[in-house]
Parts: sequence; C-alpha cells; structure tokens
Amino acid sequence: MSNTELEIVVDDPTAPEENSPAVVRTGVVDVVVSLLLLALALVLGWDNWRTGASWDSTGPQPGYFPFYLSVILGAASLYGLGAAFVSRREAAETFVTRAQFRRVLAVFVPTFLFCLATQYLGLYVASFLLIAGFMRLVGKIALWKSLLTAFVFTAAMFVTFDIAFDVIMPKGPLEAAFGY
Amino acid sequence: MEAFGLLLHGFAVLLTWKTLLLMMVGLVLGIFVGVLPGLGGPNGVAILLPLTFTMDPTSAIVMLSCIYWGALFGGAITSILFNIPGEAWSVATTFDGYPMAQQGRAAEALTAAFTSSFIGSLVAVLLITFLAPMISSFALKFGPPEFFAVYLLTFCSFVGLGREAKHKTVISMSLGLLLAGVGMDTVSGQLRMTFGSAELLRGINFLVAVIGLFGISEILLTMEERLALRGHAASISLRVVLSVWKDLPKYWVTLLRSSVIGCWLGITPGGAIAASFMGYNLAKRFAKDPESFGKGRIEGVFAPETAAHASGTAALLPMLALGIPGSGTAAILLGGLMVWGLNPGPLLFVEHKDFVWGLIASMYLGNVVGLVLVLTTVPIFASILRVPFAAVAPMIVVSCAIGAYAIQNAMFDIWLMLGFGVVGYVFKKIGIPLAPFTLALVLGSRAEDAFRLSMIGSGGDMKVFWSNGLVGTITTLAIVLLFWPVIDRAFAGVARLVRPAKA
Repeated sequence: MSNTELEIVVDDPTAPEENSPAVVRTGVVDVVVSLLLLALALVLGWDNWRTGASWDSTGPQPGYFPFYLSVILGAASLYGLGAAFVSRREAAETFVTRAQFRRVLAVFVPTFLFCLATQYLGLYVASFLLIAGFMRLVGKIALWKSLLTAFVFTAAMFVTFDIAFDVIMPKGPLEAAFGY
Repeated sequence: MEAFGLLLHGFAVLLTWKTLLLMMVGLVLGIFVGVLPGLGGPNGVAILLPLTFTMDPTSAIVMLSCIYWGALFGGAITSILFNIPGEAWSVATTFDGYPMAQQGRAAEALTAAFTSSFIGSLVAVLLITFLAPMISSFALKFGPPEFFAVYLLTFCSFVGLGREAKHKTVISMSLGLLLAGVGMDTVSGQLRMTFGSAELLRGINFLVAVIGLFGISEILLTMEERLALRGHAASISLRVVLSVWKDLPKYWVTLLRSSVIGCWLGITPGGAIAASFMGYNLAKRFAKDPESFGKGRIEGVFAPETAAHASGTAALLPMLALGIPGSGTAAILLGGLMVWGLNPGPLLFVEHKDFVWGLIASMYLGNVVGLVLVLTTVPIFASILRVPFAAVAPMIVVSCAIGAYAIQNAMFDIWLMLGFGVVGYVFKKIGIPLAPFTLALVLGSRAEDAFRLSMIGSGGDMKVFWSNGLVGTITTLAIVLLFWPVIDRAFAGVARLVRPAKA
C-alpha cells in the first residue's frame, strides 16, 4: 500500500542564498564564449590552411574538411556575437550569483587539486584525499564517517578496477611501497 | 520469420548465469544513476563504460544497455516523488506524476510510469527486431556518397528540428566535428590541429569529452543549485500494480499513439525530449476533458513515459543498422562498440550475429527484469536521495577520472576531462546543446572519410551527392530539414494568405 503520508526530506544547510548578487550576466558570458570560439575557429582555420585545405592529385588534402568546418564555426560564432549584443533578455539574466559561484568553486578547486594529486600521488591516494576532504570540509560530515567512506570507496575501486577487471590506474609512492 | 529465429539464437547467447548477473548489476547501477541528482542515462553509461573494457563485447553491451534501461526507470522515481526531473525527457512526467503523489497516489503513478516505460520500450524493441535486419541489408548497398548523405541528414535534422537556437546547434556540431579531426589524419598520416603537442597525437577521445561534458559539468551544476529535497515516500503493493494493469486496455490509444511518436522521433534524431512533450500534448489535445491534465491524471504519466522510452530505445535502431546513433546515449554506446573493436553499421549484422542478437534479446529481458526490479525496490532507491551530496559528488568525480584515464591510460585525458567539464558547465548555462557535439565527435571521422572517398571517386564533383535516386533523395531531404524552420514559416505564411481568401 502506498504510504505517502511519510515524507523524505533532505535539507541542504549550505544552500546558496536566494538574494546573492550576480557575479556575471549571461549576456557577458555569451559574448566572451562567442569571442573565444571565434578565436578558436581562426586558429584552427589557419592551422588547416597551413596543413593543406585544397586539392591535390590524391583528392582533398588533410586540412580540407576541417578548414571549412572552421569557417562554419567562425560564421556561427560571429552570428552568436551579434545575437548576444542584440538580445536584451539574455543580457539581463544572471549567469551565476556570488553564492552559487562559491559553491561551484567548492567542487571545482578540489577536483583540480585531485587531478594534480593523481599525477604525483596516484589515483587511489588522491581519491581518498578528495572524498575524505570534501565530505569533511565541504559537507561538514563527521571525521570518522568521512575517513571510513573514503577508505571503503577507494578500496572498492582498487579491487574492482586494478584487481578484478585488470584496468590499471596511475600509481604513486604509496602503491610502490606495497609493490604495485 | 528469419528475425524470430535469430532472436531465439540471441536468447540462447544471453541466457548464461554470467550475463544474467551482469544484467542485474547493470540495472541496479542504472536505477542508481537515474535516481541520483546530477547523473542520468548518458552520464551513467559514460562513467561506467571502463568497467566493461575487459569483458567480451556481448557481456559489455548487455551490461551497458541495462545501465541505460535502469537509468530510464530510475528517472521516473525522482520525477514523481520529488518533482525533480532527472533528465529533460522526465519533465512532462512531473506535470501529472507529482500531483498524483501529492494526492496519495504515488504508487499508482510510479506503476503507471514503469509500465508505460516498459510498453514504450517493448514496441521499440519489436521495431528493432524486425526492421533492423531489413535496414542493414538495404544499407549494404550503400557506398561512400550514400553514407555521407545519411550523416548529412543526421546533422541537418539536428539543426533544423532542434529546439535550441540554430547558430548554437551549428557551433556545437562544427566544434564536435573539428575536435574529431584532431590528431593523425587516417588517410594521409599527416598531423592536424596538434600544434606540436605529443598528447594530441592520439586525438581527442570522445568518451573523455563525454565524461567531462556530462559527468563533471553536472556535478558543478548540481552543486550550484539548492539541494534541499522534499518529496513523498512510496512503496508499491501487488494490489496497486494489478489495479493499474487492469485499467491499461482503457488507455490503449494513448499508449499506441505515444509509442508511434516515440519510435518515429527516436529513429529520426528528434529525441526523447521532443517525444515526451509531443506524447503529453497529443494526449491532452485528444482528451475529452483536457483541463484535467496537470492535476494528477494517469494518462499524463502514461503518454510522456511511453513516448520517451520508445524514443530512447528506437534511437538504437539507426545505431545498429547504419552506425548512426539517434541519441546522446546511443552515441556513447556506439563509442563503446568501437572500443571493443566492433564496427557499427550494416556489416555488424553479418559479421557479429551473436553480438547483435544477444543485444536485442537483452533489450527484451532487460526491460522485463527492470520492470520487476523497480516495482519491488522503489523505497530503497528513493532513500538514496538521503545520502548527502557532499559524499556522492567526490565519488562521482573519482569515477569520472577512472573512466577518462582507463580509455587510453593517459593522465592528459584526466585534465582534458576537467576542461570539458568546465566547457559543458558554461555551454549548458548559455544554451549550447551538448547532444549535437557528442554526435559530431563520434561521427566526425566517419563522415569525413565518407566525404573524402566520395570526392575522390567523383574527381571532386559535388554532383555525386545527386548521382542516383537514393543518394539524391537523402541529400535533398537533408537540405530540406536544414532549412525546415524557414520552409515551415513559409508554409504558415501561405496558409494565412489562403485562409481569408477561402473565407
């Protein structure tokens, strides 16, 4: 029987405030992205022109197909740039508020540090540090729970990938000390 | 009848304890990713793909497709109980599903959603069973111009029929096609767009891009939003299930119409989102009391769920028969096939019968097992949402990194994944669609090869794309679809002019 009188409630104590000021407007990001795409189209177009964007005795040269795609990308980006300047509605919309941006950085910075740590400490040590650190510092979860979850998850990943499925992950000094 | 015999062979391939176990694992993982905020079908399949690298192709694709079915089922749980559509195609389900839950009919709504998902998928799988071999044998007659015309049709229909701003779809698609060309040119062996980087010699693997674009960017987006959830708990009893099933014949028109819409939009790249909304809107339009929709009407759950699942499943038909995926998830599955050394397309049905028919059989079995599994485990999966996001988010990040690294054993790919995560976050927020990007990245080199071979064959004459009735029809259709919004507006204008004259 459906017991819908019960409610599942998950509260987020760190939810961003509703009235947080805007960091940047969508219209500005639209313009910046269009400019970056236009620059990318120019660079790739130039590189493909250099590689060879015409015909030789064997048919189209290697840069032929991507060169014309660069032209299409450039044209669409230019159109996007014009549309972003014309559109008043998008220009006024908030892309991200200060509170939201802080939360995005709270994920992005640890993820960046995790990638860096993976390069030098190996994936499993970096995973342990990321999970334990994130749960403790961002989620404010009890230290023992954070450490235990991180250890169990990392160990499960090691057993699943490195041992059971033979998918070898990057290792660091700790794994080397254990002979891996 | 030949298809029936081959399907039986597929069941024989499939019915081993190992495969059945993998099917169950896939379904559970799928429902798990479907329920978790910030994940969904394509993300789940992309992230869990490395698990299958060391399996044989049949086991691997069975597990992956079951993750997909599971994610499709799981999405309905959050839509109905929490009013949170896990995927865009679940939005229409919330219109009547959540009001039903509020009225104390959550179990009824969930049973309706799971059952209609099953019916939609079943119709699409039947279509695949009988149509795929015919299409693939027809496609064996295709040469490079025909293949390029079909790729062109896919790309053009994305631009012409997509709901997003046209220039944004073009940006997404051309960027994907360009990035697919990075690395060594397969024909001449010359390096392109590598700028002297040894890491870029391998090219940009589309799975790395997909993991970043979908997995990492979703984490960033989910974290940005408020994560306080308030929903209804539900458990489903046999009595509710049987009472919903007893009433099914009453809704046969809705179910059939939504199945047809779903199959059509799945085969053409209209997608599950368009299918679910179209299914819902048509059910409302043909209802005797359309004003009751949105207030907790069971047909409002049946219609979008049937259409979305028929579409999601039918999207596998062009992938298997032609090597052209009809959806983002189908594109990821296609990438998986390539990783295992299989070449999707017409020859797949000839060269790898066991694989193809094992997969098709798994679609039947996966749906039946999935339906039973979700009907019996709703409370467990709904309670997953109680796990703090601060614990789930880093685990997803680690899973993404493992997935990205495992594809080519390259540390650079982990950085690339992070970069694509940021790109995906920005693109999603400014409305640049990611599905055309994924599709273009997957099909880019094939489309280029087909184009170059056509051009070499014709000595550079573009008329090769109109050289016979078949290729000419497909190319013309592609151009019509590309300019469809303009043509549609022109028709509407003419109709407006003609109507007063008639009056």
